[in-house]
Amino acid sequence: MASVFMEGNEAVARGAMAAGCNFFAGYPITPATTIFNNMLKMLPPRDGVCIQGEDEIASMGYCIGAAMAGKKVLTATSGPGISLYSEHISFAIGSEIPLVIANVQRLGPSTGSATRGADSDIQFMRWGSTSGAPVIVLAPKDAKDCLELTVHAFNFAEEFRCPVFIASNKEIGMTKESFDMDDLNLPPLVERTPYTGSGPYVPFAADPDKAPPFLPIGGTTLVRQTSSTHGPDGYITIDPQVIAAMQQRLHTKLTAAMDRITLYEENMVPDTDTLVISYGITSRAVTDAATALAEKGRPVSTLSLKTLWPVPEALLAEKAARFKKIVVIEMNLGQYVNEIKRVLCGKPVEFYGQMNGTMIPPAKIMETIENE
Amino acid sequence: MNSFLNTSRPPVFCPGCTHERITKSLDAALIKMGIPDHKTVIVTDIGCSGLFDTFFNVHALHGVHGRALTYAAGLKLADPSLNVIVTMGDGGMGIGGAHVLSACRKNMDLTLIILNNFNFGMTGGQYSATTPSDAVVGSEFLNQAEIPMDICGVVESAGASYVSRISGMDDGLSDELVSAMKHKGFSVVETLGLCTGRYTKRNQLTPKVIDQMIEQRPSPGGVIEKNQRPEYGDRYRQLAKEKGKFPDPFVVKRQFDMPDARRHEVVILGSAGMRIVTAGDMVCFAGISGGLNVSIKNDYNITVLRGQSVSEILLSPEKIGYTGIESPTVVLALSDEGVARRQKIFAALSPDTYVLKETSVAIPDTPAQVEEIDFKAMKIKKTDWALASLALLAKHEIVLNKDMLVFALKSRFNEKVFNLSMETVNKIL
Repeated sequence: MASVFMEGNEAVARGAMAAGCNFFAGYPITPATTIFNNMLKMLPPRDGVCIQGEDEIASMGYCIGAAMAGKKVLTATSGPGISLYSEHISFAIGSEIPLVIANVQRLGPSTGSATRGADSDIQFMRWGSTSGAPVIVLAPKDAKDCLELTVHAFNFAEEFRCPVFIASNKEIGMTKESFDMDDLNLPPLVERTPYTGSGPYVPFAADPDKAPPFLPIGGTTLVRQTSSTHGPDGYITIDPQVIAAMQQRLHTKLTAAMDRITLYEENMVPDTDTLVISYGITSRAVTDAATALAEKGRPVSTLSLKTLWPVPEALLAEKAARFKKIVVIEMNLGQYVNEIKRVLCGKPVEFYGQMNGTMIPPAKIMETIENE
Repeated sequence: MNSFLNTSRPPVFCPGCTHERITKSLDAALIKMGIPDHKTVIVTDIGCSGLFDTFFNVHALHGVHGRALTYAAGLKLADPSLNVIVTMGDGGMGIGGAHVLSACRKNMDLTLIILNNFNFGMTGGQYSATTPSDAVVGSEFLNQAEIPMDICGVVESAGASYVSRISGMDDGLSDELVSAMKHKGFSVVETLGLCTGRYTKRNQLTPKVIDQMIEQRPSPGGVIEKNQRPEYGDRYRQLAKEKGKFPDPFVVKRQFDMPDARRHEVVILGSAGMRIVTAGDMVCFAGISGGLNVSIKNDYNITVLRGQSVSEILLSPEKIGYTGIESPTVVLALSDEGVARRQKIFAALSPDTYVLKETSVAIPDTPAQVEEIDFKAMKIKKTDWALASLALLAKHEIVLNKDMLVFALKSRFNEKVFNLSMETVNKIL
């Protein structure tokens, strides 16, 4: 038996390479910098391009240009960088540009703490753009997850033509761990659908629940891309019906595929009345707490979400149905718990959150569950 | 090709706007270039110059304000065969200043046309980075407190390899644009023009005045000799090619029976320069070689050459959940700075915890068993104290044994460094 030994950030880079990523642009920022460092080692030998932008805004701009030329692109940053990415996240959402954004979260607000972890940006990643159209956010819990979920992220970006976030955390990105490569479970690769129709290419013409087929800028068919409100032809439109259809499609293309987008882990224990819901690094402490509680004769079931956005509403409703009590633990003062309360309306939801630069220890989780 | 103009989308500029003349000159220039439509992309900024992409039958990308050069760079790096043209106003140039400067330094083969009409036309004639201080503008008196920027002067000093200034009404504009496009490197053409909708209503700016402005500040003339150098993409690809091998992941095989195969929490407390991070990695390599799961995190100052350096390592036969240190089984106290950083842990240590303390280091009271060692007296340099501590652990068969340590050192170091490190290890064993 052999193990690899790497930090979460290296695992994101390896996941990107496994997914066929061939373009990276980023700007150094703790705790995400080593994703950039790794891509700079990995892309050149594979004829890929890896660029340091003059700032975060430019890095996203480079990614958008390259993605429109057909590249599979990755960028990586932390909260302060996501702030600067915002205008380009909106562009990529509205203009259906596939890209993967690794957000190695650190303690905010603002500059916050460069070397202290937190799940600071859980709502920010979802809502840090104009219009309210959705993105996909995947939350890894360890290095192995970083590798696997990055491949899923590329697949989703390609299929749905939207930005996909990896919601990592300093505590995952900069923690080195061993894991067995044979345990990796990588999905088959998905590539964006090329346009193969016989008529003229209409760049944003699509089924109401799908992303449009893609052709690259630079190919023999002319392509029109714009950040402005556009109709299927890629020209600015003020036709309310056309606008409404485009806006709706940005939502529907994701909601219609939630069964495939929903990724999670669960440990459902018979005859338990409590379900503990968590995600990311915190879900590992939840597992430890659940093990300790079972030893004490107070077993609980656990649900660890990997897909945070769009909210896996059907999954939450189904899994929570049989439990009397729901406990939500997250490494902030309460962000995702609001989504869970919304979906499980009326069900009692206990919450513990912590925002002090340290991980939530299992003892604190046990205390929260036992004190109900 | 007779024309690249999009007949279904004719220009929509105000009557007399110089942008319309520039549109026609750009079309004439594209015809003269003689390259197919699908080999050109027009990337446009925001404002009236942002309408350009819709007037042409070529690839088009229209993005957010000030960022056009960034998309253009991404496109060009992804597809070096493209003729990439960027249109931007004086407004976008001001907003995206960092990108303009970066493009100049990079010298990527892009052609930037800055349509300078001295104001933000679309939003009501507010002042921009090029508005004269005495102009009457839509932002009241604010331009009077600033001076306008000399675009050509700035981009030339920033390293653009082709720079010119020309009236947007000049008959020679299409030839000028052809020269700029043909130049292999970053080309900036500043066109001066009239914004009839906003600017010339309140300011005496005519084609003749523009000619006089150019006489007073003549064009740098195109190719800037002192800035000639390889194009960015070519240079990037050349350098990248020299970068050899894809780095495979670091793999460790299980090959030893752990002397002490239970959960361990190891804390190494040291300072910058003591190779604490390296020692932490050694413990991990040893642990993996003994079939354990491991995790490690390091805590050091952002100013890496000063302050504490702390490594926290978990080793466990079980899958590791929570990666924090809860009850250390081994603490290596190698510097006061390191100890100060984790002062609180000592009082709570278990009596079973093994603490190794270098003689010169002070530690708080602790119920743990403490072994003191005088590395200095053993003539071991401070930079080797962490390694020497691991040798001591191996001697006691705590966490690792000699074979595992030797394996870890071999995995990490080249032969020369390995032999040097073994000298230290042998002083202990």
